[in-house]
Amino acid sequence: MSGLLLARLGKIWLFCILVFLYAPILVMAFMSFNASQYYQLPFEFSLKWYEKLAGNAEILDAATRSILIALVTTVIATVLGTAASVALFRFEFRGKRFLQVMLFPPIAIPWLITGTAMLIFFYGIGLGRGTPSVIIGHVALAIPYVIVVVSARLATFDHTLEEAARSMGASGWTVTRRVTMPWIAPGIIAGALFAFAVSFDQFVVSYFLSEPGDSTLPVLIYTSIRKGFTPEINAISTIIITVSMVVMLIAARFSNFGGER
Amino acid sequence: MAEVSVHNVTKRFGKFTALSDVSMEFPDGGFFALLGPSGSCKTTLLRTIAGFLFTDGGTIRIGQQVVDDIPVEKREIGLMFQNYALFPNMTVADNVGFGLRVRKVGASEERRRIGEALDLVQLGHLGDRKPHQLSGGQRQRVALARAIVTRPRVLLLDEPLSALDKSLRVDMQIELKRIQREIGITTIFVTHDQEEALTLSDKIGILREGRMIQSGPPRDVYNNPVDVFTAEFLGDANIIAGRGQGQRLERPQAGGILVPPGSDTASALAVRPESISISTFEPIQDGISKVNATLVQRMFAGAMSTCIAEGDGNTYKVIGRDLDIPEVALGQKVWLSWKAVHTIVIPGQ
Repeated sequence: MSGLLLARLGKIWLFCILVFLYAPILVMAFMSFNASQYYQLPFEFSLKWYEKLAGNAEILDAATRSILIALVTTVIATVLGTAASVALFRFEFRGKRFLQVMLFPPIAIPWLITGTAMLIFFYGIGLGRGTPSVIIGHVALAIPYVIVVVSARLATFDHTLEEAARSMGASGWTVTRRVTMPWIAPGIIAGALFAFAVSFDQFVVSYFLSEPGDSTLPVLIYTSIRKGFTPEINAISTIIITVSMVVMLIAARFSNFGGER
Repeated sequence: MAEVSVHNVTKRFGKFTALSDVSMEFPDGGFFALLGPSGSCKTTLLRTIAGFLFTDGGTIRIGQQVVDDIPVEKREIGLMFQNYALFPNMTVADNVGFGLRVRKVGASEERRRIGEALDLVQLGHLGDRKPHQLSGGQRQRVALARAIVTRPRVLLLDEPLSALDKSLRVDMQIELKRIQREIGITTIFVTHDQEEALTLSDKIGILREGRMIQSGPPRDVYNNPVDVFTAEFLGDANIIAGRGQGQRLERPQAGGILVPPGSDTASALAVRPESISISTFEPIQDGISKVNATLVQRMFAGAMSTCIAEGDGNTYKVIGRDLDIPEVALGQKVWLSWKAVHTIVIPGQ
């Protein structure tokens, strides 16, 4: 009896958490379809904020830039991160343990600090602000995520498969391409999606490293909120959230993130 | 096909010497077992022959070729792993064809040889399955087909049958031997199962702590172990320690244990449990060893029974047909006897 009660309480608790997480987002999405600019009720359905958004070249430019930066970041971070994971898995070398441990602090260090450090560094080496700096910054942030996800997948890889392939005459590259890669592909896809999300949702580092007029979408949203809030922001935010959620759900599916189904 | 020669091979991992001065000849077309307890580095020897590990000294030859500097992918060997190591993302046919595709033999030749190999292991109808849809025994056969399809010079097997249950294991032993004979490939396999080694192989090598203790045909090694370790490891043995050390051994103890004529000095004597007979009266024949002992235990196991008896300062294990063992209450005196030729003389060091 008490077990049943506990199970019921657990469900209520879970429900509360979901409300806490999603209520503000739902309100925002809801308001993006409301005709009133000042969040007045009753709700009156309208797509006018989406129409306005479609005509807002500044926001669309920023969105395009954000997506391009995210794609470039994803490609670079995934290739480098996967190569690093395979190397960490296959070889024993001096300082390997240290290297593995040093991959985690960048995830934990506040982005504000990382961003400041990067800004100082890029000015120090003469690169300054701009899209190249943003991309390098994003890649640096995304690589640890890729390595963590791909390494987790590699940990389930039976390395005798590589030995078996070699015994049949396959060279190192053939072994990687035909045996290792197919096994870790889901990990690579999940890692790539994480990399994309890290870059696309990135505000702090982008804000520090992008040039005015070359803002990414999150930076643009932030600056326009300071000037005055319009429901257009709700509209673009709703689009971003929808895209991000779909991406994360796909990533979760590939990486068994959140448990087995 | 080719013979394999391991000559004075040494392998070190840091300060640990895994193999020291190991030598063994594997003539062409034979079936060989590397046998040893865990920690004997028998798998290390196999991996060194395969080319996953390079020697720190000594020479390995496959056929006429010295392979010391040749990596595994160029050694033209077939390898079968304990866990089969089938590629989970490929079908049975693609698994078997992997080595052929690497060698680019051409599509029609590839299909023909995959078919041949699968027929040889009697799995011709399962080419389209994925490994996870197969039983343990079937996976085993696929792994074997995959190992031999490239017509390697040597087939190396790392504890190939240890993951199977007992009855399947015996079936696979017979099957393995049949296939090996059919294609006549030199086969070396690692096992810790002495029965498997004795049944299957033409020659066994016994390893202990990285040293080759003894090698030879199973019957020779079983009947003439070079030391106490081998005597006890290969089959069961009652070791009669210290008897006749450093002396002529015609009659180390009056009325006691006889040794085969012409035996030299020994560090120990041994007798196999199945060589000993139990009787309630003192045997009077000539040329037998006899020990007066107390029966301590009798274990019935169907056709055979095992008895433990203590006498003469030793504990003797006796294995015999149940109906040959007299009905004697535990704690009673019995006579243990065996022919002089069945006393194993373990040479002095």
